Amino acid sequence: MAVVNLTEIVRNRKEFIDEVEKHGGKNVNSCYQCGKCSAGCPVSYAMDYQPRQVMRMVQLGMKDKVLSTSTIWLCAHCMTCTTRCPREVDIAGVMEALRMICRKENRPIRERKVPLFHDLFLDIIRKGGRQHEFQLAARYKIATGNLFQDVDLGRRMFFQGKLRLFGPKVKGAESVRKIFEKCKELEGDVQ
Amino acid sequence: MRYAYYPGCSLEGTAKEYDLSTRATFRALGIELEELPDWSCCGASSAHTTNHLLAVALPTRNLVIAEKQGLDLVAPCAACFNRLVTAQHKMEQDARLKGKVEQVVEGEYQGTVKVKAVLEVLATDFGVEKVREMVTKPLKGLRVASYYGCLLVRPPEVTKFDDPENPTTMDALVEASGAEAVMWPHKTECCGGSFAFARVDIVEKLSNDILAAAKSNGADCIATACPLCQANLDMRQKAIEKQFGTTYNMPIYYITELLGLALGLEPRSLGLGTHMVESLRLLREKELA
Repeated sequence: MAVVNLTEIVRNRKEFIDEVEKHGGKNVNSCYQCGKCSAGCPVSYAMDYQPRQVMRMVQLGMKDKVLSTSTIWLCAHCMTCTTRCPREVDIAGVMEALRMICRKENRPIRERKVPLFHDLFLDIIRKGGRQHEFQLAARYKIATGNLFQDVDLGRRMFFQGKLRLFGPKVKGAESVRKIFEKCKELEGDVQ
Repeated sequence: MRYAYYPGCSLEGTAKEYDLSTRATFRALGIELEELPDWSCCGASSAHTTNHLLAVALPTRNLVIAEKQGLDLVAPCAACFNRLVTAQHKMEQDARLKGKVEQVVEGEYQGTVKVKAVLEVLATDFGVEKVREMVTKPLKGLRVASYYGCLLVRPPEVTKFDDPENPTTMDALVEASGAEAVMWPHKTECCGGSFAFARVDIVEKLSNDILAAAKSNGADCIATACPLCQANLDMRQKAIEKQFGTTYNMPIYYITELLGLALGLEPRSLGLGTHMVESLRLLREKELA
């Protein structure tokens, strides 16, 4: 069993809660640990800590601990928890905020492939204005070294005309690239 | 009736039959769609886990274009729909954020356009009864599980559409097409969404639960209104069957494909036949195609 020194932990909690709320996680202090979020979470079986426990860690300012959980990366953002929370806590929003803080501070990431996917996804939009699924799949496979994942599925999709080899052309691609630049200027980390 | 149309990136690729069948079905009902000029990606599930401002700015670029067009906007993809209405909701709640976003997209956002999912346009704006009257080939004998997934109905204060636990609009449209809407408990369970790349095991487990529930409640097939749901349940079905040692062989249709068929449109013109799980055999067995 781990020992948690509450006096020490609680001293710094306000700063951390403010940071989470600044990144979009609302009403953190309202959580009264009923566990409804965890009972309804479809991915809780795969998480190291339940969503309810993540909420408590945030309330107690346990920053290092909460940012090292797999839970924050395994939230599928289905928003079942946010919808059902009797205290109107946006739990899925808190998970997002925690991911953003984790990335901003360059902390080690559990479930590294999850943000890798999102980075590639955003890089393609930044350059071309729209998503291009074939490029996304190819780059993801190269980046993970898993070249043969879903090869048979890809072949069948190609023959059904569902894989476009060349990306779409968007006239406003330049304006989308500018949006990325400005967001980076104003908020930091975009990818 | 006339709307601006935001197909979204999936409808140019893996979900092209959703695009075909939405356009064809709307045309048959006399609903006009004008594609949003020079639309760009909404950022989908990636922007909102990475940068708060980007997650609102990417959809807003499209909202600003739609406002110039002066029409309400139809977004068939549930993920696009959710990102667009979430951006609207966040800017409504936070004037400072709105100002920042306007600066980023170099345009003014008025909040004059209503964003709608395909189900809402068909069931509410057009009307279930009117759809029923226009059906020429009722889908008799087809037992359909209506699957809504997460992003159309959650969170309700943002999507402002149907019920988050037991939605019924798609069921009503299924019944209007002459098919039977089966009662089942997994209407809004998550399929695993974008974990299709990084954690295939999670998608397979969640999608298997959904397929198993549809089967045990007597469905022949599932109807969806989301490209992610359709892709996970259809494209992954073979792998799921192998993984869990079971057989479903369950076609996963877009609701617009089923409605188009009931309106007398040709199956090929709706993109039927391009699914990974054979989608025409069941319809032929029931003498519907």
